Amino acid sequence: MRVTTRRRFLRLSGLGAVAAGSGGLAGIFVLGRAPAFAQGTTLHWLKFVDFVPVSDQLLRGKIADEAQKALGIKLQVETINGDGVQARISSAIQSKTGPDILMAVNNWAQLYADSAVDVSDIAEEIGKAQGGYYQTARDVAFDGTKWIAVPYTILGALLVNRVSWFKDVGSGPDKFPQTWEEYRAIGKLLKAKDRPYGQTLAHAFGDGPAFWYPYLWSWGGKEVEVDGKTVALNSKETLESVKFAVPFWNDCYDAGALSWDDAGNNRAFLANTISSTNNGASIYLLARSKPDTYLSEQGTPIYKDMFHAMLPKGPGGQFSYHVPFSNIIPAYTPNQKAAKDFLRWFQSKPIYSQWFTSQQGFSVGSTKMWEQDPLWKIDPVMVPFRTAAESGRYAGYAGPAGRAAAEAISKFIIVDMYTKAVQGMAPEDAVKWAHEEMVKIYNG
Amino acid sequence: MTFTTVAAPRSYARTPRRGPVTRLLEDERWLAIVLLLPTVVLLGLFIAYPFIKGIMLSVTDTKVGVPGHFVGLQNFVNVWHDGIFRVAVWNTCIYTAIATIFKLALGLWLAVLLNNNFKGKAFTRAFILLPFIIPTVLSTLAWKWMFDPTFSVINWGLYRLGIIDHRINWLGDPDLALISVIIVNVWRGVPFFAISLLAGLQTISPELHEAAAIDGARAWQRFRHVTWPLLLPVTLVVMLFSVIQTFADFQLVYVLTGGGPANATQLFSTYAYQIGIGTGLLSQGATISLAVFPVLLVVVIVQLFYIRKAETH
Repeated sequence: MRVTTRRRFLRLSGLGAVAAGSGGLAGIFVLGRAPAFAQGTTLHWLKFVDFVPVSDQLLRGKIADEAQKALGIKLQVETINGDGVQARISSAIQSKTGPDILMAVNNWAQLYADSAVDVSDIAEEIGKAQGGYYQTARDVAFDGTKWIAVPYTILGALLVNRVSWFKDVGSGPDKFPQTWEEYRAIGKLLKAKDRPYGQTLAHAFGDGPAFWYPYLWSWGGKEVEVDGKTVALNSKETLESVKFAVPFWNDCYDAGALSWDDAGNNRAFLANTISSTNNGASIYLLARSKPDTYLSEQGTPIYKDMFHAMLPKGPGGQFSYHVPFSNIIPAYTPNQKAAKDFLRWFQSKPIYSQWFTSQQGFSVGSTKMWEQDPLWKIDPVMVPFRTAAESGRYAGYAGPAGRAAAEAISKFIIVDMYTKAVQGMAPEDAVKWAHEEMVKIYNG
Repeated sequence: MTFTTVAAPRSYARTPRRGPVTRLLEDERWLAIVLLLPTVVLLGLFIAYPFIKGIMLSVTDTKVGVPGHFVGLQNFVNVWHDGIFRVAVWNTCIYTAIATIFKLALGLWLAVLLNNNFKGKAFTRAFILLPFIIPTVLSTLAWKWMFDPTFSVINWGLYRLGIIDHRINWLGDPDLALISVIIVNVWRGVPFFAISLLAGLQTISPELHEAAAIDGARAWQRFRHVTWPLLLPVTLVVMLFSVIQTFADFQLVYVLTGGGPANATQLFSTYAYQIGIGTGLLSQGATISLAVFPVLLVVVIVQLFYIRKAETH
């Protein structure tokens, strides 16, 4: 057997590298294997564990098989729990190694803009073909000059309510409160019957901002001016919203919600302890999928006693905050072209519609075309989600949804402003505190 | 006359030639270096490197995916003026101080009890370790359920016993939330104190107690003048470890409250994570983490000083 000396090894390695670099046949002979592009690419997609398990099964099964046939791409889907995804993305980007596609929640794409591949070609193409993007999807994936992520979907958030309980106090799906004052009046009656509303005022990263940001906007309050620098939180409108929130909370809400995480309202609603809460469709879909498990106090399936509605309007308008998702192609991946090809293919109507249908309305899509999908004809209770994303705004309003907006969400400044007031701080002081924190974030 | 033939002693064959490595290792100074090398490499890789990297990050404006520039002590100045950071400092100090005192008191009490002979002693000692053995996240999830405002088994029990007539909002009230996370930390940390102090108690010769008893010392006097002085070095070492671990506690608070409500349970580590990972501001996250260092250093120096003093006595 011929012994490979150190000198011989170095010489061969050097020749191999040169030959492979020049792309010639010599390189292939020396290395003994075909170049990467001829072997079929494996794409590693990191995403969170879907709230609808069947959607992940679809991605791993049918869609992965179709991707192999259509693109020659072997799709490897890695799912981890939602609260671990950001740490994993940070680690991948910082070490410049890891998955080829990173699923971003909220406006994470803006945090990693410098490490993201420009995907304007795909995003523009999909947007144009599918009726245009919702503002929320655009806010988080477009950095002002280019698309830094391909919008994946939006999880709609609406008020989910108990039909019979609202009817008991003279309200209901047809006569649902339209303003905060009306909603408060009904809530007072419901709480008197031990059927309070429930909304987290704790550090719950999804449900906290999803209620308190649109509540603030509906009063005319905002974090910052359009320039993205001038903090505008300490305003008459914000103060009015805080002043209203304290008695509103005490009159209508379950005090336990001061400690709820993102699952707190789901548990309480399905346990018949609250009458109304702002949430994704997960509460309804879970109750519908397990009618024998989740029962009303009458012993009937609770899902038959539920309806969805928009958040009420305030002096500044009617808004909502939905959770956007997008896919980043990190600059470090050598499979950029394959990743782009896959995302373009996956987001196309024939493929994406399979995934969209599997979501049963939990996802409303990023583009307006999906409002016309036959899915919305299946269950009338889900219909309000069809156009829910149209009223959506994103954190950082009226400025961009950039890094500062992400820091404000991460520090729960808006949520804590209301929490402090509910816990007894004077509304003026709570607003002042939040404003000063915002100034540090935006101008620090 | 008989003669015994005695074979002439074989002349020593040439001593095998010792290699340069062997010769080098015969020198104790080199041998010491070689033996220490693996430890030095391990410490360097897993302790010194992350620590130095943390310091380097804290003097730059590095963000995730964005290389930073040197900014001197600007991050420390920013952190100093950060109201939430100050809340986190205060919370961490309160959390560590109260939890450590209770862990010591309960751990010592348990250790003294376990040092007696009784039926099922071995089983009880093993059982006591359970909170320490179960993964923190798992046991904390169970506690979270017990503190749930709607489904709390603690509230249910107290209500059934007629002690309360309304729900206690364990994790929703700012003061109760901090007390709750301290309770869980104490629950988890007591076994470590108990087992370590029990090991210390067992090294104390029973003869000393017998001699003290013959001299008329009562149980408390025997504890005060025999057990406690001999147990002090072990106690200080255990406390040292506990203070360091409690100061840097993360999982427990992250799972129970996420630092809320309104930062009432925000600690150094949860805030550093929130800033470093949640916002991608790596350098500021590193700065918050490093801010623990001087406080811990003082605590460690004071404790080591007392350990040395106790051992000398």
